[in-house]
Amino acid sequence: MKAEIVIAGFGGQGVLSMGKILAYSGLMEDKEVSWLPSYGPEQRGGTANVTVILNDERISSPILNSYDMVVVLNQQSLDKFESKVKPGGILIYDNYGIHMPPTRKDIKVYSIAATEASIEMKNSKTFNMIVLGAMLKANPMVTIESVLKGLKKTLPERHWHLLPLNEEALKKGATLIND
Amino acid sequence: MKDQVTLMKGNEALAMAMIRYGADGYFGYPITPQSEVLEKLEEEMPWDTTGMVVLQAESEVSAINMVYAGACCGKAVCTSTSSPGFSLMQEGMSYMSASEVPALVINVMRGGPGLGTIHPSQADYFQACKGGGHGDYHPIVLAPSSVQEMADFVGLAWDLAFKYRCVSMILVDGLIGQMMEKVVLPEQKPRRTEDQIREQCPWAINGRKGMRPKNIITSLELDDDKMEANNERFQATYREIEKNEVRCELVNTDDCDYLMVAFGSMARIGMKTMELAAEEGIKIGLVRPITLWPFPTKEIAEAAKGKKGVFVPELSCGQMIEDVKLAVECKLPVEFYGRTGGNVPSPEELLDALKNKLINK
Repeated sequence: MKAEIVIAGFGGQGVLSMGKILAYSGLMEDKEVSWLPSYGPEQRGGTANVTVILNDERISSPILNSYDMVVVLNQQSLDKFESKVKPGGILIYDNYGIHMPPTRKDIKVYSIAATEASIEMKNSKTFNMIVLGAMLKANPMVTIESVLKGLKKTLPERHWHLLPLNEEALKKGATLIND
Repeated sequence: MKDQVTLMKGNEALAMAMIRYGADGYFGYPITPQSEVLEKLEEEMPWDTTGMVVLQAESEVSAINMVYAGACCGKAVCTSTSSPGFSLMQEGMSYMSASEVPALVINVMRGGPGLGTIHPSQADYFQACKGGGHGDYHPIVLAPSSVQEMADFVGLAWDLAFKYRCVSMILVDGLIGQMMEKVVLPEQKPRRTEDQIREQCPWAINGRKGMRPKNIITSLELDDDKMEANNERFQATYREIEKNEVRCELVNTDDCDYLMVAFGSMARIGMKTMELAAEEGIKIGLVRPITLWPFPTKEIAEAAKGKKGVFVPELSCGQMIEDVKLAVECKLPVEFYGRTGGNVPSPEELLDALKNKLINK
C-alpha cells in the first residue's frame, strides 16, 4: 500500500491538522508516514498545503510532483494542483467558491459540498474532518477506527469529549462521495 | 517497542533528543525554520525533570558565547539556529575550536545570502565544513536526512565532541526540520554529576577543590611557537577524526551506471529519482555523505570507479560538488544541478537534469 497525497487550501481551514491526523492514523496502522507542510509566514487566510505519504515501505522523497490523491479546498489550489494528479488518480474538491471546476477526464473527480455540510452540522470546525471522511471513502487507505485512535493520541484529554462529533463528521464526509 | 514510536517534526526530535541525552544546557535565539527546537524545549520544561537549563538569549552572539562558557565547564551544552544566526556564531565557533571545548551547534539552513528566505537551502555547506570563522579549524559536521537521524545524531554529535574535544555540528535544512516522520527517541540518560564531569573532562574549569593545578582555557597564545604547536595539535586531532569518523550511506552503488552524491533532503529526493530512473531502465546509485566533514572522499572515489558519470544535486549554487570533484580527481564527468531561493526540486526534475547533463549531452 502506498498513498501519496496533497491537501491544499487556505490557512485556517485545518489543512495541516487534517494531514497530521491522517499521518497519525497511518502510524496507528504501523505504516511508514511523512508529513511535509508548506511552512511559511502564512497563517489564517494565506495558502497552505501539506504532503502526506503513507507507505508499507521506507519513504524516499517527502516532496513530490505528482500525487495519487489531491484534495483542494479553494480555487487557487485547484488551479495549482489539478495537473499534478497522477493519471487514474483522485481529485477531491470542496465546491464552495469554485467558479472554474476541474476539466481533466483521465482522473476520478469528486466535487463535495463540505462547507455546506459543516454548516448543516452547525459547527464550521468540523469542516476538515468532513473532508477527511470523504477522502477515506474515495480511498480507504486507513480505517475510521485508526483515525479516531490517531485523534485521541493528538488531542489533549480535555478535548476528548469532541471525539464523537469528529466521528460524526467523518461519517458525514463519507456520504458526500458518490460514484 | 511499538508504543515508543511517535510522530514528530525534525526540530522537535532535536529538542527531545537533547533532553534524553542528559544535556546540561540549551541556549538559543528563535529563527525560522528551527524555532520549534526552543518551543519544544520550553513546552517540555526539562528544568523540572532533568535540571537542564533552557535559555533564550538576547541574540545568537550571546547564545554561542553561553555555549562556549558551558563547554569550558565540561557541560553538555548546545545551541540551534538557522543560516543568518549561524553567521553571527562564527566567532564563537572559531574560539571554541581553538579552546578545544566540546559543544553541539545545530544549523537548520534556510535560503541566503543575507536574510534571504525561510525556505530550505544547503548553501551553508562551505561555511560549516570549511570553517566559517577564522583560522584553521573544522567542526565535525553531521547531515541527517530523516527525523530519526535528527534524534540519533544529537547524541552522536555530543559523543564525538567529547571524544575529540571539538565542536560538532548538525547541518540540516528546513525541510527535514519541518517535516514529521516516525521516530523512536533514545532512552533517557541521567545528566552527569560534577564528579563524573571531572573524571571525563579533567581539563574543564569546574572548581579545583584544592586537588589539582589550575586549568586555564583560552584561545589566545602570543608565543608564536606555542601557537604553532597548538595548531599542530588541532590538526593531529582532525587527522584522527578523518581516520575514524567518516560516515556515509551507499545505495545501489555496485549495480549502477551513474552515481549520485547528495546529502540531507536532497538525498531523500534523489532516492525517489533513482526509483523513477529504474522504471526507465536507468541505473543510478547513491552515496549519501552522513559526515560532511570529514568527507567520505575514499568511499566516493571507490563507488565512482567504472561509472559513466557523477551527478551532484544540491540546494545551492554548487558547494559540495567541489569535494566530490576532488574525490574522483576529475577522472569522470561530475555534473551539478541546484536550486536556490528556498525552492526544492522534485524527483522528476532531478531525473531530467541528470539525463540532460550526463546521458543526452
